[in-house]
Amino acid sequence: MAKTYEPIATTTLGSATTTYTFSSIPSTYTDLVVVANYGTTAAGNSIFFRMNGDTANNYSGTFLLGSGTTADSYRGSNEPSIRIFGSPIASGTPSTLIATGIVQIQNYSNTTTNKTVIARSGQGTGEVLAGVGLWRSTAAVNSITFYMAASSMLAGSTFTLYGIKAA
Amino acid sequence: MLNNTVALLGGETPAVGDYESIQTVTVGAGGSATVSLTSIPSTYKHLQVRYLSRCDRNDVSDSLGLRFNSDSGTNYTRHILYGNNGTAAALANTGETLIRAGNQSALNAPANAFGAGVWDILDYTSTNKYKTVRVLCGMEDNQAAESEVRLSSGLWLNTAAITSITFLAQAGSANFVQYTQFALYGVK
Repeated sequence: MAKTYEPIATTTLGSATTTYTFSSIPSTYTDLVVVANYGTTAAGNSIFFRMNGDTANNYSGTFLLGSGTTADSYRGSNEPSIRIFGSPIASGTPSTLIATGIVQIQNYSNTTTNKTVIARSGQGTGEVLAGVGLWRSTAAVNSITFYMAASSMLAGSTFTLYGIKAA
Repeated sequence: MLNNTVALLGGETPAVGDYESIQTVTVGAGGSATVSLTSIPSTYKHLQVRYLSRCDRNDVSDSLGLRFNSDSGTNYTRHILYGNNGTAAALANTGETLIRAGNQSALNAPANAFGAGVWDILDYTSTNKYKTVRVLCGMEDNQAAESEVRLSSGLWLNTAAITSITFLAQAGSANFVQYTQFALYGVK
């Protein structure tokens, strides 16, 4: 039987960086999943997400988060990216990889629907986050970019891209 | 940093058959009131359903639910933690005729916007336990009013092994529209 859930590519950041892109993603799967283990060079900063290098205000997102003892929600429309992973640490100077996140991109290669992504991330001293994001484009997804606007992803952060094939 | 996605991983590749595609239903041009995944084999430990969905209910969004083994009795419960437009809250219902744990876009959402989610159905062949599901799902349409992310759980008050799953819109009174897709996987 053919593999259903396959690793496509993985990276371990060799140095602190603001941007990482999986490009030339094959269209041969049904869904994509990205699993990340990450840290950031400054506290209180999130990781953002774009598809196909689109930097226009074609994204929106709704999020549920817990930080300390507070539960909250927020959202944004017409934004240049989706806030995909929450802050791994609330204060201080981060130095370790202490957060995990998973992104699900359903039916990413279809050219009929806009692309909806769902994600979860969390770390004990930062925040736990669940979110849904929309990219208002019917283009097939062929690249995905994680980036930070206010600081960098720590060296050693890992990002692994998987493909899932439906029957 | 730009990376061409070409290098396959080596040592971390899951064994073939640990996570298998069982069946997939994509709704055609005429729409459909229900989507059923039937004749589910008992050879897995857990099930996962991954969906992309929109219905024609006259609203912006709608709940999305399921029934097991065609049971339409009031044998289901749900519990939802949700976030929308600045509100984080929870709700729960008992005595339901389906597990309304998912959500999706509906008729008045912008064109081409679909909800997405992942349902995990644990230990589905057990005949000693009620069946519990957990869901991460969301509907986002670039508008504040209805966009929502959910972390949900649901319970079927029955110890029977699950052999079929039927998905319905909120009250079964709407149709799933074309391109809605439900993909069922088995986890060993």
